Amino acid sequence: SVNPDLAMERQTASFNVEKLTALLDGGVEQTRIRRAVVAAIESDPVFSRENQYFQTQNERYEAAVRKAVHLQKKMHEMGWTENGPEYKYIYRALSGDVAFLLHRVFMRSISVLGSDKQVAKWIPPATQHQLIGSYSQTELGHGTYLQGLETTAVFDVATQEFILNTPKISAMKWWPGDLGRSATHTVVFAQLYIHGKCYGIHPFIVQVRSLQDHSLCPGIIAGDIGPKMNFEHIDNGYLMLKNVRIPRDNMLSKFCEVRPDGTYVRQGSQKINYFTMTTLRISLLSDEVMTPLMKACTIAIRYSAVRRQSKLKPGEQEAKILDYQTQQEKLLPQLAAAYAFHFINNYLQELFDKGYREIQRKNFDMLPELHALSSGFKAVITHHSTAAVEICLRACGGHGYSLLSGLPSLYTKILASCIYEGENTILLLQTARFLIKCFMAASAGQPVPPSVTYLAAVKPGKCPAKNKLDFLSPDIYTEAYQHVAVRLISSTATKLQDLIQSGVKKYDAWNQCTVQLVQAAKAHCHYIAVKNFAETVERLETKAGIQRIMKLLCDLFALHGIFSNTGAFLHDGYISAAQMDMVTASYLDLLAVIRKDAVPLVDAFDFTDKSLNSALGSYDGQVYQRLYEWAQKSPTNKMSPAYERYLKPLLHNTLSKL
Amino acid sequence: AAAMSMNADLRRERAAATFQPELLTHILDGGPERTRRRKEIEALVLNDPDFQHEDLNFLSRSQRYEQAIRKSSLMVMKLREYGIADPEEIFWFKSFVHRGRPEPLDLHLGMFLPTLLTQATPEQQDRFFMPAWNLEIIGTYAQTEMGHGTHLRGLETTATYDPATQEFILNSPTVTSIKWWPGGLGKTSNHAIVLAQLYTQGQCKGLHAFIVPIRQLGTHEPLPGITVGDIGPKFGYDEMDNGYLKMDNYRIPRENMLMKYAQVEPDGTYVKPVSDKLTYGTMVFIRSIIVGDSARSLSRACTIAIRYSAVRHQSELKPGEPEPQILDYQTQQYKLFPLLATAYAFHFVGAYIKDTYHRISGDINAGDLSELPELHALTAGLKAFTSWAANAGIEECRMACGGHGYSRCSGIPDIYVTFTPSCTYEGENTVMMLQTARFLVKSYSQVSSGQQVTGMVSYLNDLSRQRIQPQHVAARTVTMRINDPLSLVEAYKARAARLVEAAAKNLQAELNHRKSKEDAWNRTSVDLVRASEAHCHYVIVKLFTAKLSEVSNAAVRAVLTDLCLLYALFGISKNTGDFLQAGILTSAQITQVNQHVKELLAVIRPNAVALVDSFDFHDVHLGSVLGRYDGNVYENMFEWAKKSPLNKTQVHPSFHKHLKPMQAKL
Repeated sequence: SVNPDLAMERQTASFNVEKLTALLDGGVEQTRIRRAVVAAIESDPVFSRENQYFQTQNERYEAAVRKAVHLQKKMHEMGWTENGPEYKYIYRALSGDVAFLLHRVFMRSISVLGSDKQVAKWIPPATQHQLIGSYSQTELGHGTYLQGLETTAVFDVATQEFILNTPKISAMKWWPGDLGRSATHTVVFAQLYIHGKCYGIHPFIVQVRSLQDHSLCPGIIAGDIGPKMNFEHIDNGYLMLKNVRIPRDNMLSKFCEVRPDGTYVRQGSQKINYFTMTTLRISLLSDEVMTPLMKACTIAIRYSAVRRQSKLKPGEQEAKILDYQTQQEKLLPQLAAAYAFHFINNYLQELFDKGYREIQRKNFDMLPELHALSSGFKAVITHHSTAAVEICLRACGGHGYSLLSGLPSLYTKILASCIYEGENTILLLQTARFLIKCFMAASAGQPVPPSVTYLAAVKPGKCPAKNKLDFLSPDIYTEAYQHVAVRLISSTATKLQDLIQSGVKKYDAWNQCTVQLVQAAKAHCHYIAVKNFAETVERLETKAGIQRIMKLLCDLFALHGIFSNTGAFLHDGYISAAQMDMVTASYLDLLAVIRKDAVPLVDAFDFTDKSLNSALGSYDGQVYQRLYEWAQKSPTNKMSPAYERYLKPLLHNTLSKL
Repeated sequence: AAAMSMNADLRRERAAATFQPELLTHILDGGPERTRRRKEIEALVLNDPDFQHEDLNFLSRSQRYEQAIRKSSLMVMKLREYGIADPEEIFWFKSFVHRGRPEPLDLHLGMFLPTLLTQATPEQQDRFFMPAWNLEIIGTYAQTEMGHGTHLRGLETTATYDPATQEFILNSPTVTSIKWWPGGLGKTSNHAIVLAQLYTQGQCKGLHAFIVPIRQLGTHEPLPGITVGDIGPKFGYDEMDNGYLKMDNYRIPRENMLMKYAQVEPDGTYVKPVSDKLTYGTMVFIRSIIVGDSARSLSRACTIAIRYSAVRHQSELKPGEPEPQILDYQTQQYKLFPLLATAYAFHFVGAYIKDTYHRISGDINAGDLSELPELHALTAGLKAFTSWAANAGIEECRMACGGHGYSRCSGIPDIYVTFTPSCTYEGENTVMMLQTARFLVKSYSQVSSGQQVTGMVSYLNDLSRQRIQPQHVAARTVTMRINDPLSLVEAYKARAARLVEAAAKNLQAELNHRKSKEDAWNRTSVDLVRASEAHCHYVIVKLFTAKLSEVSNAAVRAVLTDLCLLYALFGISKNTGDFLQAGILTSAQITQVNQHVKELLAVIRPNAVALVDSFDFHDVHLGSVLGRYDGNVYENMFEWAKKSPLNKTQVHPSFHKHLKPMQAKL
């Protein structure tokens, strides 16, 4: 039965939960398909995650391999294909707890970077899992800065082979998923040398393990890089290459080719390669970032409606912690952010689909803007969501610290997203570079891409709000965000120019402004996110209470951003001290209003209990019972050898020594 | 790994420092003699083969518990063998044995024994203390329940007195009343001090403490009526068997209630304790430890991140030149140096609270409790402020180490998961902030009604003087001298005053609208927390500034002054809104502050490594490949990884079990 405290929350929902779920999924039909996939996966005991919190790294890895293998069977049984509508829901249904994730990246990189001949040769056996691929880019000493990679591939004209080497320890490949134990092949990124000349970084297909007995190939040293904060199920690996020879055909050669005589030929545009990296950043947001954030909100908010602590009024029952203003102030802004990011993610996906179509037509005009948006939003969304999940974790007090709450695993998973696919600070600086360039262009009256046209039309003036209700007007707050973005971008641009004019070298000037540049890039993304949320709300149907509640969340998202960064808005007096008090008042009022719909708003994310895998977040709210029963299954509750070995002597025999 | 020389980058960094790190270490330890003694104790552990073991990251949870129990047993014996009895020296020994991690006997040594000493009658001490001292009895302290934490009055466990048999009958009446979380309860302890609602003569007398045997001496099996076990895996604390305890009509003799203060007589008559303020003393003491812990944990994370940033090279700053140390990037300095300054600030705050506690504990024993309420209120907020900041700071340090920070070999994940519960235990942080706020609001009301207040809140006295003027309280811009910490203390003071006043006024406005005090308080709580934070921030800047004048060595004072300025100015630049809105600083001053923060980063840069060296963490204690003193990071990461459990066999068993059959079928 459902805990009455939770049941009560659902009775008073101001909107239709099922309709909101459909909106999030992109339609009723999508919801249906997703639920069917989830049901099929969750009813299969092989995919169960119930014991995952009790397992060692070795056990997790083995379970993930088993699941990956079983998934092939399942897909066949269910008639799911890689191009079918079900495919994108499988990973979500598995909560990512499956091996061979890099196999997909391996295949994609061959499809994108390989010649037709290479695609024909490698993709069919890879699809059949006759070989298992990984993707080896990062090195021990080198990450985001690709030009710095040290692995070498020297072309030997005599044998028509590339000789791959790891010249020193920092050049060892480090981190690639599936490489430690599983992979038979990997795409290795290395500096290409022909006749002693370096041609930069290129991709090569290298076999690392025997297809017969899985032993390492000659010249290969590979293994697992050891325990991490999460991803225990993935064998992130290291790879050292000692004079490993591969045929000339193994260099992926859609864009660059080495002819038999050693002639280096460039063909087509590298830009499409660049685009692939850019899209990867965005495509990971939905599964790796949005899902954990939404799950964390679900767990923390449901638990806060069940957990009672202290009294709000004397003589009454202890209050639900969700009724405390401070708890609302922790959780509800994260909920609003989850929705805001969901909508900005949709917007980016559409933009990228459009960009992809343009690129197919050899039109690369959108690339710089897409790159700037993907870098900036990857950084902003992963950073914000990571912080949000941690807030949810800590908002659950002591029980949040138990792995059985599900929150520590969500947190350690999401925080990896701040690092992979580009370190966030570096990405923000790339966005900033684009913004500064566009600002200069706009100032000179030149055309700029659509997302930054606002830089050309700077409006002077002050925030026109007269009372606290004015701050619930999207025009008012969107303009405030726009104003701050323009101010930060223009002041940084000015400072850069001033420094350069005063004789400081360009790169030094850039380094001296990087703290401000990062702030400018964040302000830009924040503005776009608010604007997009407000525009999305405009377009929603007014029926079933959906638009109203989304408008409230949009207001909360916007006002929370101002409330937690008041200085940026007060700095030049755009918002006055008196107006800032109005912002605070409106913001705090909103918390109490959204509080009423908090549980329905997380119900709309539609996670099953199995997928949450949390004692605190289950739909029925039977938190304590579940926690108690689950804890008893912990391996630590089997008689531990520690008693016989250490405790017993301590309790008995040591007395004489004391 | 083979013996290697020091990484050239780190050698250069150390040579370029403008001060001697040992001198700063002495200040942190409290004098050269303390440093010497600490190192002596560390050497005892380091050179003892009994305390060597495999990297804990490669062990399962059960194995880690086992290692911890093994080491704890040895530790207790060796402490006595060496005659180490000073609490601080015990702490050094212990944290070196367990490398800063919790251990299963923590609650026995830290709570069970002290509680016996302070709350047991002489008769009870005779019965329990020596067996507990000799570890025949291992005890824990069972307070928190599954459904109840910070709000003690809500605890549900009952102890009903039965005069017929002169026993207490203990019960866990609901699932939510099951004791949950106490350290060492799951597997280690055979006794627990249980907090329960006392019922006698049909009346509830509130929470009292009882000594409850839970496992059979000899067999270690749970006693009839007792259900006890481990609560399962957690984020960290793998070494600790946090436990659950359920009692069903479990009887203990009347003499097992801790009766030094409150008593139940044989006929069931209840005798009230004298004062309840006494427990404040213990709380203040524990909070001072948490503040110190915030400082230490953040210092460890800073040590790792800053050394690694000096060794790691990436990208290019100048076209055509070799990849620079990442510590040369302004953004990296901006992430790490304010945290370094914070770690130093918290060290001094922790020392201050401890000293104050020791200073007034004499008064407390003499029955003078006058200074206790303020210290109690202040330490609540400081506990929350420092643990929040350290918690976030540790994560920033990890993030600043990029991908490798995510590996367990960096050591930062361990620091984080071990530290983060301190935001919750010993009083959830938001609740702590609101406790401080209650004191601030009370002080504000006193000032409003014409009384003077003393101590750290005395700045509130100025409010009444300013109120004569028509303008807003703090609406007079401070003439700020950007290089003078004392001037910055004034700015923080003005901000605290303005936020306390704003919160108090908002609270009053809510009270005027509503009937219920509690509702009004709740609707103002976000403001109240902000006021508390501003107050604590002011106290920290003030204490850091005060510390500077105590430093005699000019070179050390200079570098600490840079850190103090950075701490204060960075705090302003992160909270510009507060200073702007109140009119304490102008936009032009804020711009100046932001600029000066960046200048200070460059000033501190040459001393960064020496400043973390001064924390003087031994590599064994640091437990980090990235943070090694010699900086030979990459070679040792490889050595470390080779020991990973997944690498135990060249071909993993799952190949034969799953992969091969699949490939055969497809």
